Amino acid sequence: MVYEPVIGLEIHVELSTRSKMFCGCQVQFGGEPNVRTCPVCLAHPGALPVMNRQAIRYLTRIALSLDCEISAKSIFHRKNYFYPDLPKGYQISQYDQPYAVEGHVNVGVHGKMHKIGIERVHQEEDTAKNIHAGESGRIAGSLYSLIDFNRSGTPLVEIVTKPEITSPQVARAFLNKLKNTLQYLDVSDCNMEEGSLRCDANISVRRVGETELGVKTELKNMNSFKYIEKGLTQEISRQIDLLESGEKVVQQTVHFDVTSGEISSLRSKEFAHDYRYFPEPDLVPLIVSDEFVEEVRAEMPELPETRALRYMDTLGLPEYDAEVLTASRELADYYEACLEHFKDAKTVSNWVMGELLGYLNATGQELSACKVAPESLAALLTLVTSGKVSANVGKDVFAEMCDTGKSPEEIIDEKGLTQISDESELEALIDTAISGNPSQVEQYRAGKEQVIGFFVGQVMKATQGRANPKLVNELLKKKLTG
Amino acid sequence: MVSHEDVKYVAKLARLKVGPDELDRFARQLSGILEHIDKISELDLSGVEPTSHVIGLANVFREDEPRPSVEREEALANGPEVERGAFRVPPILEA
Amino acid sequence: MNLLRLTAVEALALIGKKELTSSELTDACLAQIERHDKDVFAYLNVTGTSAREEAAAVDQLAEDRPELAGLPTAVKDVLCTRGVTTTCASRMLENYKPFYTATCVRQMQDAGIVMLGKTNMDEFAMGSSTENSAYGPTRNPWDLGRVPGGSSGGSAAAVAAGEAIWALGSDTGGSIRQPAAFCGVVGLKPTYGSVSRYGLVAFASSFDQVGPITRNVTDAALMLRFLVGKDPLDSTSIEHPEKITLPEDRDLSGVRLGVVKELVGEGIDPGVMKVFNETVQKMEAAGAIVGEASLPHSAYALPAYYILAPAEASANLARFDGVRFGLRAGGTNDVTEMYEETRSLGFGEEVKRRIMLGTYALSSGYYEAYYGQAQKVRTLIVRDFEKALGEFDLLVSPSAPTTAFRLDEKTGDPLTMYKSDICTIPVNLAGLPAISIPAGLSEGLPVGLQIIGRAFTEPAILQAAYSAEQLMDFKSVSPLIAGQD
Repeated sequence: MVYEPVIGLEIHVELSTRSKMFCGCQVQFGGEPNVRTCPVCLAHPGALPVMNRQAIRYLTRIALSLDCEISAKSIFHRKNYFYPDLPKGYQISQYDQPYAVEGHVNVGVHGKMHKIGIERVHQEEDTAKNIHAGESGRIAGSLYSLIDFNRSGTPLVEIVTKPEITSPQVARAFLNKLKNTLQYLDVSDCNMEEGSLRCDANISVRRVGETELGVKTELKNMNSFKYIEKGLTQEISRQIDLLESGEKVVQQTVHFDVTSGEISSLRSKEFAHDYRYFPEPDLVPLIVSDEFVEEVRAEMPELPETRALRYMDTLGLPEYDAEVLTASRELADYYEACLEHFKDAKTVSNWVMGELLGYLNATGQELSACKVAPESLAALLTLVTSGKVSANVGKDVFAEMCDTGKSPEEIIDEKGLTQISDESELEALIDTAISGNPSQVEQYRAGKEQVIGFFVGQVMKATQGRANPKLVNELLKKKLTG
Repeated sequence: MVSHEDVKYVAKLARLKVGPDELDRFARQLSGILEHIDKISELDLSGVEPTSHVIGLANVFREDEPRPSVEREEALANGPEVERGAFRVPPILEA
Repeated sequence: MNLLRLTAVEALALIGKKELTSSELTDACLAQIERHDKDVFAYLNVTGTSAREEAAAVDQLAEDRPELAGLPTAVKDVLCTRGVTTTCASRMLENYKPFYTATCVRQMQDAGIVMLGKTNMDEFAMGSSTENSAYGPTRNPWDLGRVPGGSSGGSAAAVAAGEAIWALGSDTGGSIRQPAAFCGVVGLKPTYGSVSRYGLVAFASSFDQVGPITRNVTDAALMLRFLVGKDPLDSTSIEHPEKITLPEDRDLSGVRLGVVKELVGEGIDPGVMKVFNETVQKMEAAGAIVGEASLPHSAYALPAYYILAPAEASANLARFDGVRFGLRAGGTNDVTEMYEETRSLGFGEEVKRRIMLGTYALSSGYYEAYYGQAQKVRTLIVRDFEKALGEFDLLVSPSAPTTAFRLDEKTGDPLTMYKSDICTIPVNLAGLPAISIPAGLSEGLPVGLQIIGRAFTEPAILQAAYSAEQLMDFKSVSPLIAGQD
């Protein structure tokens, strides 16, 4: 039988506001425990929440970027449950009147476009952090836990997709695109390791052709998109195996073990959650005016799709280049910073995609850690086009720049890499090459013109690649025919 | 009308311990109160908007400006059990 | 001169004229506490040393004295006071010392008051007799065998017993007005939103308001002036649109007064009705235009309130979990057990009952039937008041259906106790301002008159209450003060 998976994602994004959602404590990752707390985020008796205006602006940016309808009026609810990382015993969240609904994202995978519906986008607050003490450092078998409230009350936006994702690959592509968009919007660090971007997935499978959804399981707390894809793949085959062998899928939370690649059930018995949502009386409704939405729309940064189109339309880049360069805001910003100092858009694109990305890939480095500033790359390109160094030497210089952080001029001077364009110097080398290889000369003269490459190679070898290739070619032709 | 099971369920949700000897009393008292509360069902409330806020305020914000937090010593001072700058709790076992 | 009979305004005048010092007044209150509070038990914690220091400091000030400089004030133990134990009369917070002060207390302190201590109350403000205090009941200074009302029973009793010039209380369903009525003092519940709730330990957030408990109406106006104001730390607070002035000597000419017919009938004690009726007649004689007003849905106020308030409370009290402050039960093996042991140990019967009630009303499958419907009843009550207050300037009723009852008289049956608030609860559902002033005695016990107005019309309420106060000539004081003459 043929099965198809149905996947829905729930993404939590910590906003990079300066202060917390409902109090003035600073938002920051790490540091000593419990140094950024106050009556509000420690939930001391009598403390009250007050909304962070900037968080709502960020929320609005996210909603707009996902093409959502923003609710004219939305309210906050209390979601009640006990957990040591939840100081109030309830999370301030949104429930039946969320901030935004009915959006969508288009994701291309292997040349096919998938339109993923966004069910809702709402504002809430993050919990504190539990540190499990004991041998394993994990929750199971811990002896006790320590609670750090620095993170408590950090603004958190929840994005929920419709169950419309049809494969783990599409899920991963969606997440990549979402992350890229969020970074473009400058609303979150989107750092999965630090937990500023988190994702849970709901998965079910059904026979192809069926319209009813199957029983779903929830895959929680995966800390990279790669593992989400792998975990989903694993869970889908587990569910299919169950159905094939006549068993049933049990609604539960499952865990994907990265090292073993196995799926395990997180809880032996599922406790029915009863969150007792009710309207948060300490906060007043959020009533959004068209002016506010337009104001936020006006301050929205250019999103990747628009930026790619611009690269194609006004810079004349091919679609492939435009997509690669806009795949992250950081890279596109880098590219544009280069362009400010070196105008040839395609040349810059070639170097950024070829040399820069190549280097980063090979070394596993992040762009943010790259030692070559955009101006330095532009300077190098100026040297290459002006003929000061050859393109090939330029590539070596770039690698050296990446390793050492030195300027191109410095490297060229140090290593004596300046291109040789002096005709008499080159002629002498060409003469040596010709006289030392009479049989190749004969071949050339007999009409085998590609042999000229051999002579160029000889000259390059003799100059350690510094000879001006164009000039060498010209001079060789002259000499060999003459 | 409130059963012992109801009392147990609600007590579990509210993280209250209700001893077997208390079940009956709570069930009886809650039933009595709810019986009185059920007076509401006499009313036809269809078409009536719910009120959650009596004041017609909306959009109350604070600006995104960090304010000083409390000193950690103070934050921890009321903590029943504190270790390494954090609040210590018994192990968290999944319910 | 009996210092214990002074009102705040009188005391300020004497201090201003240097005929009295704050230290003398503070000492007099502390001496009265020393003498009687073992019987009354109005205070959970008397901060005598710091009170004397504050008073002495105020007395040192030559010029630029803050406006309330040196007034000995009692603070209900539901308000957070930095460094001073704040228990809410619960075992849960037995040793809790907040690191911040409630906005309203801070505003009063900025105006120069001297805090005498923290007053007894029903645990977490849940109750109508102060018998739900984990530390023992407060007794009514008029009759030590009776309750002072609640939940602000400690504050009302302290003012009535001469153990403070005035006091801060909080009112969720009548917790200022009903004890004020029982103790023969004035209690004002301001319009919801006019006084910051920041630092007021929440019982039911959409109802709670802090307000004054005083010896007369003028003092209530004076204190209110320092309580109101938009607080950036409370999203539901709002700048009071009216300037809070002290009432003037004026009669009630032209004031349209509606007697709420649903609150003067069945269930109201005949002795209370007699005093109430006489009072209304006096007010009519003084120029008020009296008519019959109706709040047709008031019978549904108590049921709606006992869904909404416990529901909010069930969430508000979830933070008492033994993790960051307060009681923690020892010897538990996991965190869930720790929660259950801690909360069962820390909370008293009534608090548990309300948490269970509220949790039940919000739980899966019951929300619409209870919480959703109660919110709609709230709408009807708001509309009832809008209509009645469209026809009348002010509404009047008794503040409570009975006078102070005996200790233990109602502790056996929660519902009977809840009904002690039938006159006051509708006002909280609508968020309106209302005052209780002493109207006379029934069998030697004070009876309160409740005056209700439109939102943010405190000045009009206070003016009418003042005019009525002059008519009633209620000069009676509790025997505990009278004995000092």
